[in-house]
Amino acid sequence: MESQPRIGVYICHCGTNIAATVDVEAVREFASRLPGVVVARNYTYMCSEPGQGLIKQDCEEQGLKRVVVASCSPRMHEPTFQKAAQSGGVNPYRVEMANIREQCSWVHKDRTEATEKAKSLIASAVAKATWLEPLEKREVGVTPGAVVIGGGVAGLVAALDVADAGFPAYLVEQSDHLGGRVADLDRTFPEMEPVADWLPQLVERVQSHQKITVFLNSEVESVDGFVGNFKVKVSQLSASSDLKVGAIVIATGYDVFDPQRKPEFGYGHYPQIVTTLEMEKRLAEGDLTINGKMPKDIAFIKCVGSRDVQVGNPYCSRVCCMVSAKQARLLKEQLPDSRVSVFYIDVRTFGKRGEEFYDEARQAGVLYRRGNVSEIYKKGDRVALRVEDTFLRRTIEHEADLVVLAVGMQARDDVEDIAALLKLPRSADGFFLEAHPKLRPVDTAVDGVFLAGCCQGPKDIPDTIAQAKAAASSSLIPLLRGTVPVESATAIVDAELCAGCGMCVDVCPFGAPALDPLFGVSVVNAVLCKGCGTCAAICPSKAMRLQHFTPEQILAQVDALVW
Amino acid sequence: MQVDTQELAERLSLFGCIQCGKCAGGCPVSMKTTLDVRFLIYEALIGQLPDPTHMEELWDCTCCFTCVERCPKDVKPAELIIGLRSLLVENGTIPKTVTDALQGIFRQGNPLGFAREQRADWADGLNIKAAQEGCELLYFVGCTPAYDLRVQPVSRALARTFQAAGLDYGTLGIEESCCGNEVRRVGEQGLFEMLVEEGKPLIESTHAKRMVTTSPHCMNTFKKEYGLSGVEVMHYTQLVAQLIADKNLEFSKKVEKKVTYHDPCFLGKQNHIFDEPRAILQSIPGVKFVEMDRSRERSLCCEGGGGRMWVEGTNMEERLAFQRVHQAADTGAQVLAVACPFCLLTLEDAVKVQKLDDRLQVMDIMELVNLAL
Repeated sequence: MESQPRIGVYICHCGTNIAATVDVEAVREFASRLPGVVVARNYTYMCSEPGQGLIKQDCEEQGLKRVVVASCSPRMHEPTFQKAAQSGGVNPYRVEMANIREQCSWVHKDRTEATEKAKSLIASAVAKATWLEPLEKREVGVTPGAVVIGGGVAGLVAALDVADAGFPAYLVEQSDHLGGRVADLDRTFPEMEPVADWLPQLVERVQSHQKITVFLNSEVESVDGFVGNFKVKVSQLSASSDLKVGAIVIATGYDVFDPQRKPEFGYGHYPQIVTTLEMEKRLAEGDLTINGKMPKDIAFIKCVGSRDVQVGNPYCSRVCCMVSAKQARLLKEQLPDSRVSVFYIDVRTFGKRGEEFYDEARQAGVLYRRGNVSEIYKKGDRVALRVEDTFLRRTIEHEADLVVLAVGMQARDDVEDIAALLKLPRSADGFFLEAHPKLRPVDTAVDGVFLAGCCQGPKDIPDTIAQAKAAASSSLIPLLRGTVPVESATAIVDAELCAGCGMCVDVCPFGAPALDPLFGVSVVNAVLCKGCGTCAAICPSKAMRLQHFTPEQILAQVDALVW
Repeated sequence: MQVDTQELAERLSLFGCIQCGKCAGGCPVSMKTTLDVRFLIYEALIGQLPDPTHMEELWDCTCCFTCVERCPKDVKPAELIIGLRSLLVENGTIPKTVTDALQGIFRQGNPLGFAREQRADWADGLNIKAAQEGCELLYFVGCTPAYDLRVQPVSRALARTFQAAGLDYGTLGIEESCCGNEVRRVGEQGLFEMLVEEGKPLIESTHAKRMVTTSPHCMNTFKKEYGLSGVEVMHYTQLVAQLIADKNLEFSKKVEKKVTYHDPCFLGKQNHIFDEPRAILQSIPGVKFVEMDRSRERSLCCEGGGGRMWVEGTNMEERLAFQRVHQAADTGAQVLAVACPFCLLTLEDAVKVQKLDDRLQVMDIMELVNLAL
């Protein structure tokens, strides 16, 4: 700390939001007598142009070195006041805020008590400000290009958009072909367009694109680095490649639910019972026979492995209702004399033209019966579905020659391996977690890593492609800017104190600290560090310090509150 | 009588129900009686449950818990039936046969009307140690295996097997009382709690590391509802399968029979013990094992559980046990093997009524083991 902290304190009225409950003049008077305070003012709206002007003017004329603004939550206007102070020549990291609105005037009624609380909050902010150090705003350059993990439709589309924008795209696919699970489909709802009409063209465009490199039979082995500068190691058979890119798109897709986990359906025991994916293949190949005969009675069972806490999948898989309607309709059209029944709990047709498609299926003669089939067993050379028709209020044995289980989606078996590569968080359902469910649906907790398609949760092809295009666009932001800002309030290590225990390495959610191989002490990669402070809290030898939240700063803040 | 449906719905967390019908669809009695547990939940949720004193079908539930096992929302449908039965118990409006059984348990520790002093008679001449003196393995016999003449050979076969394997085991003798599994399920919560209060310290005082039961019903409540500490509860099929696997039990004779196996609900569906009984049967020399179509998780209930040993229920003409013995006979098996005293009694009865006794014999797994020892 310099000998002269030279602090300016600004108390905002926020119209009447603060001033009606807090005696702002008394607070100003109190603040002006705090140690280190050179000037204290109050004003109607500190965030207004004239309000900001006051800060700038005082910084210049009175040679302020630190600024405390007592107003609203820092979430909204901290950047505003940092900018004002900076324009007056004060480092933005020497601005501190006291929240006397949300944490004071809005939640208290008694004017005297609210005023006293505002004084305490300001005294605390001033105490911290006394110890604030200047920090540099930093930016780093970006390696142009993106890695896309997964060669299904999401990955194909994301790679194309990145490449069409003029950046190299590296598409890493585990299997020996592109197209993913969509390649196993016959036709798509609701337009009934054969997949063969568009998927091969999409794959061809990717394969022939000059900016796209496709790695088949490949896996991502490791990911190092940070937004703008990732190092991705890809292994392909015995060879491996090190790719340097600025962004990563995850498009690893999903696993199909294994219906053997619902033993009551007898899947695997009876040839009459197939999954929707197996049915898709039969429809594509035109093979509808069961035991050498055309089925007369066909039943669909929905929600197999979805909306079911018994198998740990409480969510709706979002496509099975439409897949069932599509296949039921195709079967009814191809076998007009057959009885096609769909057993359902609810019918969900949220997509564009979804409800109309469901209408068409019923018009085509598909019967919808409400009841969650409980069990299947043999009955002669057919099978019987034991189910309560809940509208009839009667349990029936519904006999069928062919039963189609509408199997849901779930997070991939190897999802944890991919999550571990990037330290990506997952939601309770096992899928990757987006940074915000509404505002940041394709971002992740890791800057520069984006999600596309079913790896984030079950979705249909239009939603998958929309998300893939969003992920590609978001990944283009750092690539097009050419630089990325990095957090300044990062953790730093006092190498003299560090014992090299590695606890900081274990707890960091962002992979920022690492033990120096030569000296055995922790070193923080300032670009990866998000300033969360977990490492500083756990460090047993107090070698780790989080800048802007140092022990001196926090203790001064606490002391001011408790004394 | 008045039912506080809101209280019931809250206590049993019925609000998760989506009325999908998985419960009623899989309920073994739903096609033969008017019991519709899915609709009962709906009536409870909307506060329009009819007076349970007029719901004779409440006594049809066998507490097989298929509904509980399969509910996709983890609602426990059968608990609503148990809850309604307990209101009837409080109200004093339960079938006389159930009252008699409960009184027998209260007075003599068993529902069958026998004296407590006769409880260990099945073991005459076997020189079984009193577990109260301390033992590694506590054998909990159970009421039916102790008193019922048809089931006593099963208990004796088990004792003989323990001796053959050289185990340090004992029983509680005439101090053993009903486990209360069915008591809770007919709705007599108070008596059940009393049985736990007396039974738990008695069992724990033996300091046995393991407790084995003849009946899956006893095992179920000891495992899930007693909160026993320091003792591992197991069904005899688990222990015997382990003895065979470890070569601590060896067979000397052949049993040349084609055998199928009926999964008891309290062993299979409710406790997921499917493989051990099959492993025992398949290790008996000479046995040719065949499966019925409805096996394991898709087994059909024999209708002996949940107090159904003491109350007939509605539509007794169409017993599930009748269907079940025909399914067994259709496999061509000579023996229908079971691992539960209630299944043994209900299925054997059904074989006689269906006049299948010239083709099919119902035996407990232990009786087959005993033949091979």
